[in-house]
Amino acid sequence: MTIVITVLSTVVLIGAAVVIFTRAPAKQAVTLSVYGLLLTLLFVALQAPDVALSQLAVGTAVVPLMVMLAVRKIAAHRDSGGDDR
Amino acid sequence: MIHRVRMIMLVVGVLGTAVVFGAAVAGMPGFGGDQHPYRDLAVAAAFQRATANVVSSINFDQRALDTFGEETILVASVAGVAALLRPVRSERRRRVRPGVPVLESTRLLTVIFFPITVLVGIDVVAHGAITPGGGFQGGVVLATGLHLLYVGGRYRLLERMRPVRFFEITEGAGLVIFIAIGLAGLALTGELFRNVIPYGDLGQLVSSGTVVLLSCAVGMAVVSSVVVLLAGFLDQALALVEVPDADHSDDEAAR
Repeated sequence: MTIVITVLSTVVLIGAAVVIFTRAPAKQAVTLSVYGLLLTLLFVALQAPDVALSQLAVGTAVVPLMVMLAVRKIAAHRDSGGDDR
Repeated sequence: MIHRVRMIMLVVGVLGTAVVFGAAVAGMPGFGGDQHPYRDLAVAAAFQRATANVVSSINFDQRALDTFGEETILVASVAGVAALLRPVRSERRRRVRPGVPVLESTRLLTVIFFPITVLVGIDVVAHGAITPGGGFQGGVVLATGLHLLYVGGRYRLLERMRPVRFFEITEGAGLVIFIAIGLAGLALTGELFRNVIPYGDLGQLVSSGTVVLLSCAVGMAVVSSVVVLLAGFLDQALALVEVPDADHSDDEAAR
């Protein structure tokens, strides 16, 4: 079990670094979503299914969706007046 | 001058935090040990009140007031976001067209997973007292399941399935029901959030007294909060456009 937790902690750490060093917000939403999935696995390994369930729904679905929608709005706002879909 | 004072305040604050944090880390028990005084007390209390899911027992029974605070924070922040994202005068609503074509496989997966996710969400809320999960987890799963419709390119259907006006009401109602159960305990026993309902048998669907009711109240507030939150974002991203001069203001989308 310790090995699983060690491996997952390392992977989560690498995932966090990837999220931080992803510059474009739209791509960052995708890496954040993958990172949320890694965290979910870590929580499952640590025997916290309640937390894992919250993390799965909030961290991999709702938050990235909010980021994507915000990016889309800003992009539409940039070429303003220009009504793109 | 003021800059210097600020820097000194910052250094003092950072040093103080570092000292306290360092002391806390040094005093922590080792990772994965078998000495858990809080666990021993919490598990015993949960089983005494016929609550199989100890986490739910802590959230909704032993520390229900904390959960009430958290729920209030969630509802208040969603209200703040909704106020921030509301349509302003220079924005006009337009009809959301079906938009980009969605992959057939995405459409198929949406059709399969939409009912499954909604069902799992309801299950997680209802069984909050006996299996992992509870109002918050189930509520978020339920709301996420609803928004699969958007992923599958069925935004208009999503709009019809979640009337925002209705969910604004249920959001507040979830909070009101939660505190009402707490006040009922206060009225009957003199203790806020006292578990006044008979506990029932451990592991049954209807067991654990108020835990299952509070879980459902939180589920109601959370699903509504997430729906209202995402509705604000979706509205801004898809339906609202900035118009410098209002010339076609009556392009109202069905809402």
